[in-house]
Amino acid sequence: MSRFSLWSIIQNGLNRQRGWQRQWRDPEPRDKYDVVIVGAGLHGLATAYYLAKNHYVRNVAVLEKGWLGGGNAGRNTTIIRSNYMMPGNREFYEHSLKLWEGLSHELNYNVMFSQRHHVTLLHSPAARDSAARRYNTMKLADSDAEMWDLPTIRKEIPHLNYDNARFPIIGAAVQRRAGNARHDAVAWGYARGADSLGIDIIQNCEVTGVVRENGKVTSLQTTRGEIGAGKVGLAVAGNTSRLWQMAGLGNLPIETHKLQAFVSEPIKPLLDHVVVFGVGGAHFYISQSDKGGMVFGGDLDWYKSYAQRGNLPVVQDVCECATSILPCLGRVRLLRHWSGVMDMSMDGSPFICKTPVENLYLNAGWNYGGFKASPASGWYFADLIANNRAHETVGHFTLDRFRKGVNIDERGAGPDPKLHG
Amino acid sequence: MLRIACPFCGLRDYSEFTYGGDAAVVYPALDADEDAWHDAVFMRENVRGLQSETWHHVNGCRMWLIVDRDTLTHEIVGVRPAHPEWANVIATETGREKHEKPQA
Repeated sequence: MSRFSLWSIIQNGLNRQRGWQRQWRDPEPRDKYDVVIVGAGLHGLATAYYLAKNHYVRNVAVLEKGWLGGGNAGRNTTIIRSNYMMPGNREFYEHSLKLWEGLSHELNYNVMFSQRHHVTLLHSPAARDSAARRYNTMKLADSDAEMWDLPTIRKEIPHLNYDNARFPIIGAAVQRRAGNARHDAVAWGYARGADSLGIDIIQNCEVTGVVRENGKVTSLQTTRGEIGAGKVGLAVAGNTSRLWQMAGLGNLPIETHKLQAFVSEPIKPLLDHVVVFGVGGAHFYISQSDKGGMVFGGDLDWYKSYAQRGNLPVVQDVCECATSILPCLGRVRLLRHWSGVMDMSMDGSPFICKTPVENLYLNAGWNYGGFKASPASGWYFADLIANNRAHETVGHFTLDRFRKGVNIDERGAGPDPKLHG
Repeated sequence: MLRIACPFCGLRDYSEFTYGGDAAVVYPALDADEDAWHDAVFMRENVRGLQSETWHHVNGCRMWLIVDRDTLTHEIVGVRPAHPEWANVIATETGREKHEKPQA
């Protein structure tokens, strides 16, 4: 695989762009691997990359039922932030943000990470106090956080509705290092990096059964034959329960819900920040892509579903939010909308943990937040698989935290998966 | 959009209802052991396919319903009252057909 550099661009510019190679191989599955990761999304690919890079485990396959990056990796609003307060979450997401900051260099692939600020609008003194507590806690955890008053936000983002909003804007809580990235490039960058370290990425290979002997997983049955595995890692957000039941393990503290996202027709540069609006039952986040489309999303569809398509009342709700804070978008047309199926967990926090089966490892439960988490998720999941013990940073992301009463419920919404926004 | 045939009101749009959850979950006795409560509160089968689930006709008759719905295709194959005893009281007063006790 050739590395991208200024020299390679000049060389191929003079060569009619004929010198580029395929970015990853399309290998036939071998009979057996030391580690098999199920799911070539961002989490699975990042795990494979860090297994090879950090832990020198290179006899690894990543199995994908469709094409890599075709699930939730391509169905999100690409927001990256680390404004978490709860112990367990804050160190993890801060590490993830630090990995994002070096990711393009690490992968030699431009993931277009743009630290354009994450701006949470505030509408009441109570919301401001609550945000101040959260953002001060973030500062104590060595992250960056600041509060903007009304004149500051009016200057920074002049197009918001300051005149006649139902919930007037009084300020904002801001994380400057937060932003967004190009989701496809992240999947491709990790795939290319993992492939160049010798890892087999096997697409169109759906797992149909999990073979267990003497309490261990010995192999996976797939649509491309049986594949032996020393260790197995699951990273199949949305379908975790199905794989879990294939392994004969019963129920999980997870429900599958779908979340829609939207993009408008491209318009001239309007919004330089990621803006989040949540008050009076609304939940809305928006940014502008480099192509000019307004990329935005809101709540999930409120009922459990494995269908990767959304319902119309949510389209209406989200568009109402859009026009309430950015009335200037009223005549912009929607270009597309899409829906991904997510693991909604019982406390809104994820799982990176061992399972009742000795050599089976779980990465699941990412709720609304899987995209930003993917580098650290892969980092710590690889560490867990290679060393057979969880790093202390992800030590609370276990399945038995509910039994122990150490839920990580950032929102305080209780054990109802659909409420963890 | 989903449309649910409420046994009291007839066919109505999804936007009149709110989703409750998996109707297979039954809370154990108050003095049941911790495992039973843990499983009922936190653990879900997360069915991909036909599932019985509770819905509240919150912007209609405000009755709780049990809906048999496919979570992959969204096809609804059955709707019945979650509390047939109350439904029968209504049926007696309004002269409507009485409801059987639900299976699940």
